[in-house]
Amino acid sequence: MSTVHTHAGHQADTHHDAHDHHGPEKGWRRWVFATNHKDIGTMYLLFSLTMFFVGGTMAMIIRAELFQPGLQLVNPMFFNSMTTMHALVMIFGAVMPAFVGLANWMIPLQVGAPDMALPRMNNFSFWILPFAFTLLLSTLFVEGGAPASGWTMYPPLVLQTGDAFPLMIFAVHLMGASSIMGAINVIVTIMNMRAPGMSLLKMPLFTWSWLITAYLLIAVMPVLAGAVTMLLTDHYFGTTFFEAAGGGDPVMYQHIFWFFGHPEVYIMILPAFGIVSEIIPTFSRKRLFGYDAMVYAIASIAFLSFIVWAHHMFTVGMPLAGQMFFMLATMLIAVPTGVKVFNWTATMYKGSLSFEPPMLFALSFLFLFSIGGFSGLMLAIVPADFQYHDTYFVVAHFHYVLVPGAVFAIMAAVYYWLPKWTGHMYNNALAKAHFWASTIFVNVLFFPQHFLGLAGMPRRIPDYNTQFADWNMVSSIGAFGFGLSQLLLVAVIWQSVRGGVKATDKVWDSGMPHGLEWTLSSPPPYHSFEVAPEVK
Amino acid sequence: MTKRNHRSLTRGLWLFAAGSFVFGFALVPLYDVLCDVTGYGNRSRLAEASEVIESPVTDRLVTVEFISTAPTVGKWEFSPAVRSMEVQPGKLYEAHFHTQNLRAHSVIAQAIPSISPLQATQYFQKTECFCFTPQAFEAEQSREFTVRFIVDPKLPATIDRLTLGYAMYDAKEGSG
Repeated sequence: MSTVHTHAGHQADTHHDAHDHHGPEKGWRRWVFATNHKDIGTMYLLFSLTMFFVGGTMAMIIRAELFQPGLQLVNPMFFNSMTTMHALVMIFGAVMPAFVGLANWMIPLQVGAPDMALPRMNNFSFWILPFAFTLLLSTLFVEGGAPASGWTMYPPLVLQTGDAFPLMIFAVHLMGASSIMGAINVIVTIMNMRAPGMSLLKMPLFTWSWLITAYLLIAVMPVLAGAVTMLLTDHYFGTTFFEAAGGGDPVMYQHIFWFFGHPEVYIMILPAFGIVSEIIPTFSRKRLFGYDAMVYAIASIAFLSFIVWAHHMFTVGMPLAGQMFFMLATMLIAVPTGVKVFNWTATMYKGSLSFEPPMLFALSFLFLFSIGGFSGLMLAIVPADFQYHDTYFVVAHFHYVLVPGAVFAIMAAVYYWLPKWTGHMYNNALAKAHFWASTIFVNVLFFPQHFLGLAGMPRRIPDYNTQFADWNMVSSIGAFGFGLSQLLLVAVIWQSVRGGVKATDKVWDSGMPHGLEWTLSSPPPYHSFEVAPEVK
Repeated sequence: MTKRNHRSLTRGLWLFAAGSFVFGFALVPLYDVLCDVTGYGNRSRLAEASEVIESPVTDRLVTVEFISTAPTVGKWEFSPAVRSMEVQPGKLYEAHFHTQNLRAHSVIAQAIPSISPLQATQYFQKTECFCFTPQAFEAEQSREFTVRFIVDPKLPATIDRLTLGYAMYDAKEGSG
């Protein structure tokens, strides 16, 4: 993207000539019948923010119960429901829709397209989500309680779920359908609607990371749909895919689930890589180091994600050769990931750094995601994994890659593009307060969980041995602090939507941001790039 | 960037998604093939009678433990007569399991065997087992089941303890 120059300045004036173009509809019709990528992106992001607080509330209940040893607040069944629902809500309701929202807003702007390629399907894929989550959250009130078997839904335990069982399965089907449609839209937009002159290797990295993510989604979300369909027929129609009595095997479910599940975790991190690759050059005032290598690294990570799934289930028993293969393939992922981390570092080397909120979050991502990466390497070692499996060490690992990893990257993206979306600069001091509170508390929250896991504390259990008491209390204090800090994010967004200092077209005065989105006004016109810009 | 381009690419991507869905189900037979090839968790082998000739190895003893589970609470009482035996590899032994149907109606049952550690599966041979076929029970009927087995003398020297486990299920219709 280093050679992107645009001649798009005139396009904002030209769109009034066409008779069929108009501004947004008034009232609720604008949102319910939305086909505009910016409106749909906004809805996705607000939905994600809502779910972030719903899932966060569940996390607070979990940490409140774990504040002290013994059972104080909730019964064990409800505790298990909370861990299950927290995961489902955060993965499918908060992180994934946030990335889809960012894709909706930014991909057409970054590739110089007037909108997403399939705007009506775009509307559909968003509006499925509120129904899916109404279905999922309604299980909190049905006979037998919400699903409590963990987000991985392993049989035979999951088959003991009460009335919530079919609701959960259909909710997962709907989320999957929404993701697949979103992914198809992204691919068609990128492949067919790039501005003239924008070859694939001139695309901004956020767009690149989403192109690859979208292919991952189409490849694995249907596999999850298949797995939960098998659960459904096992429960209601007498099939025995996972029941030993009928010649099935519950371990097979784990293989199918993780064939989806491992690419899924990269679905939640690849767009984050793209975001960080946009932000670090801007605030280092240097071009991204090794653009091509970054693209190939994302592609390699995506490929490797398909051949490492069994590292989630080393302890079920598999041939030594299998364990060796999955261990080494997993460790291989550290190579392209290392390329990315070193390239970001090299981008900053001798750069003229400044520390605006997006950069702070990106840097925090770089450090803390790497910690999560290293604990992942430890978990990949088969003999060590037998010790760490299903302990808090695993919980610490995946929260490090998902919270200061994926979620911080989303926050970085919001702070990076918010002035572009709203046309107003936000309250810098408040955003920095949000950053520092989040970064400090997220470590207070998750770092002690490494110690707890290494000492043997099992995950998904509402009570624990008193030897674990101190670090659990520290972790819970971190959780409450982290949860409360997120209210600052809402305040920053609220203020920026309401008003504030006008943002310039380039927003950041570093002179660096080069993508097409910065050639538009802030906020961009409701219909942008109706005349395709030319990229040289 | 014509409408037709959108349509053909979209159709291709939907086909890709449909293919992924089918692939999820294709993993089921694929999994069985892999289990057969590696011999791991080889269910057909576990549920088949073996023909073996006794050739006892007198200077080696292996502990065989017996465990039983009835995954559905309240339907079965199911327990081994003895918890463990010391056996000589290559010699035929017999073990017994006590089973009772706790319900007031007749039912067909199926026991599913497993051997732990998995690596020992291929060295544990059953010449006769109640797990080979479904078993009929009258209401509240008790039955004694027998399994005859030989531990293969080729069992790796690193293994000196095996666990034979059975899970008792209600047989599903149409399954064997």
